[in-house]
Amino acid sequence: MKNQRINVVALILIAIALSAVYYKHEKLGLPLKPAEQSEVWTVEAKLQFKANGGPAKANFYIPRDPPGFIKLNEDYISSNYGLATEKDEVNREALWAVRRAKGKQVLYYRMEFTRDNSSTKPRTAPKPSYPQVPDYEEPLGSAVRALLKEVRSHSADVITFTRELLLELNDPKPDQNISLINKTGHGSVEWVRQLVDILAGARIPARIVYVLPLQDLVKHGTLIPWIEVHNDFEWIAFDPVSGRQGFREDVLVWRTGDDPLVTISGGQPAEVDFSISRHALSQVSIAEQWARQTESRLMDFSLFALPVQTQNVYRIILMVPLGALVIVMLRNLVGLATFGTFMPVLIALAFRETSLVWGIIMFTMLVIVGLALRLYLEKLKLLLVPRLAAVLTIVIMLIAVFSIISVQLELERGLSVALFPVVILAMTIERMSIVLEENGSHEAFKLGTGSMVAAILGYLVMTDEWLGHIIFVFPETLLIVLAITLILGRYTGYRLLELWRFRGLIKEADKP
Amino acid sequence: MKMPWTRLRELGIVGMNQRNAEFIMPYNERRFYPLVDNKIITKQRAQEHHIPVPKLYGHIELEHQTAHLASLLANHNEFVIKPANGSGGNGIMVIAGKTSNGHFRKANDSVVHLDEIKHHISNILSGMYSLGGDNDSAIIEYRVQFDPCFEDVCFKGVPDVRLIVFRGIPLFGMIRLPTRQSDGRANLHQGAVGAGIDICSGITNFGVMHSRPVTQHPDTGCAISGIQIPQWDRILEMAANCYDLAPLGYLGVDIVLDKQLGPMMLELNARPGLAIQIANGQGLEPILKYAQLLGSIPASAAKRVKVGKNIRRKFSKEGL
Repeated sequence: MKNQRINVVALILIAIALSAVYYKHEKLGLPLKPAEQSEVWTVEAKLQFKANGGPAKANFYIPRDPPGFIKLNEDYISSNYGLATEKDEVNREALWAVRRAKGKQVLYYRMEFTRDNSSTKPRTAPKPSYPQVPDYEEPLGSAVRALLKEVRSHSADVITFTRELLLELNDPKPDQNISLINKTGHGSVEWVRQLVDILAGARIPARIVYVLPLQDLVKHGTLIPWIEVHNDFEWIAFDPVSGRQGFREDVLVWRTGDDPLVTISGGQPAEVDFSISRHALSQVSIAEQWARQTESRLMDFSLFALPVQTQNVYRIILMVPLGALVIVMLRNLVGLATFGTFMPVLIALAFRETSLVWGIIMFTMLVIVGLALRLYLEKLKLLLVPRLAAVLTIVIMLIAVFSIISVQLELERGLSVALFPVVILAMTIERMSIVLEENGSHEAFKLGTGSMVAAILGYLVMTDEWLGHIIFVFPETLLIVLAITLILGRYTGYRLLELWRFRGLIKEADKP
Repeated sequence: MKMPWTRLRELGIVGMNQRNAEFIMPYNERRFYPLVDNKIITKQRAQEHHIPVPKLYGHIELEHQTAHLASLLANHNEFVIKPANGSGGNGIMVIAGKTSNGHFRKANDSVVHLDEIKHHISNILSGMYSLGGDNDSAIIEYRVQFDPCFEDVCFKGVPDVRLIVFRGIPLFGMIRLPTRQSDGRANLHQGAVGAGIDICSGITNFGVMHSRPVTQHPDTGCAISGIQIPQWDRILEMAANCYDLAPLGYLGVDIVLDKQLGPMMLELNARPGLAIQIANGQGLEPILKYAQLLGSIPASAAKRVKVGKNIRRKFSKEGL
């Protein structure tokens, strides 16, 4: 009965924890592994124009759900301009306006985004009508018709047709027809416009998409044209130069269509400059920004909302339950004997300060020396509390001596011992000396090694990078720790060492 | 080949976790713990229930009372000093006599000065041996002269009989025999010999030392099994009686046999260990489980002893 209730409670706790972890991982993108970093791109568009002195307006296309990326942040820097944004089916526009502007005007649009392939939706809107076959000028017309005929014979549908067409046009050894078409300048905007025209000759709806190639530390980036064709279901992008289908990984779709990128009223036409930079950002801070973008309040109530110093304290504190769980397992499942219940956890915490190997060496040495001095104190017949204080003082002095010696020996590690929690050492020495006197060296050794083993295991668990990351980013996993603890709390089976302890009974019972 | 835990289950061996979860937690109410943890209270309540205990010579609760220690000890040549809240035999000092120049002689023949005794007492008072490290008090009491029947199977120290009394019914017994290795203490952890006692007859049957079966005492070489514990029924009745002074359903009762005064209750234990299973070569579980299902338990200790014997007889007949 009781067990069942605990199992139900434990199951509920685990379910809550797992669903919270799932939500935070899937929806907010919090990483399950530590130090996961993503590239974050910052693109800044700088608009410069001369205003005439009267009211000025600037319409500037800005990215709208660029495929393959998610936007983390955006800023408009435009001193005294009023700002509005508008979006239609395919594009988004920033509208800056000011009542009075004269001279050089500079407007900035800045955006931070990161790669996210999961959020890419097919581009379906708007569904176009079939274009009229244009009247081509001769001799271009004959060249186009010959090309279209050639391509049609090598293709099956819109996609293969477009690819074939691009391959033909990008042939490094073009024939006469193609050379004629390529006159406008291979890969230029005019050339791509002509491409749309040629596709119209096959009655395939096509449009230009302007993309920004992403390259770190670019100062004067420009938008380059891409082409999209419609196959009755969705728009399919092609690199007009390589003929490859889709948008390349390193291009950001800025806008769709061929209108001017920026229109100014009340001023001279604007120059637009793009600068691009890349930096690595931990997944955690990306998730944080993403949560802000989507107006999720969850991140506000996470540990990341705390000051960094407090965060660092919690990074340690949150690991303590794991250390305690290790002790529970060692004691209730294994049956390891230790000094006190949580002394090993404290020793393990002390190891954090010194690193493991040095911690063990110093701890053992300090305990041995401290113990010898403590046994001498016993002869002086001090009362308990003064004796404890004396042990504490001796321990602190020993640590100081240790540090000095290790500096002389140029062992830098010795210095970190100064932070070694001295009270833990003093308590260990005191307890050990009592056990030594009362129950003999055998028992003291047993308890000492037991504590050390528990402390080492506790240390390994508490300093595990992955566990530390999980616990800190998903503190709700502590509910799982709690659930396991509850279940272990009702474990009535044998401890591992009891199998050894009672082995004689089995042997006896198995005798014929 | 069966897994060891399956074998242990079949043998009915109770593990530490099972003891805590199934016997101590449900049967031992926390509020009764002080009755057994504090030896002064245990002693007083035992006397109220006419259970013989070693005579209390003195009780030192405050540091300054040690000033009167010399006069208090002047009348006694042999005595035991122990913490009132001690556990596992820790902090016990046994004085076996006095030297010609007035110093004290410990049981292991080393000489102690009065100052050292005072220091030991102040250690006790400051809580060095108490369960939670709280302040404690020191008891000075009669030193038991063990019954000569144990002379052959005992090295120094005093052997004691440990009984498991479940719901007031004595069901399991063993005797703990000090050895050289255990330094004269009756503590199995430290190498004392444990010998199971047949509840029905009071005869030892099976000996172990450090979990290994032994047939002879390691120091004296005498056989461990076949010893008749004197006044066995009286011991059983005393143990059963202890349930009335401390109503703990799962109780360990330690009884010593004095040469002149007969059996005396030494202390009670709310968390008796599991070594008794090894000493008896038998698991506790089937017998405790059987006793768990008993509907009514007789009010008189003598009748409960009979119930216990009947249960044990029943289980030996079934060949467990």
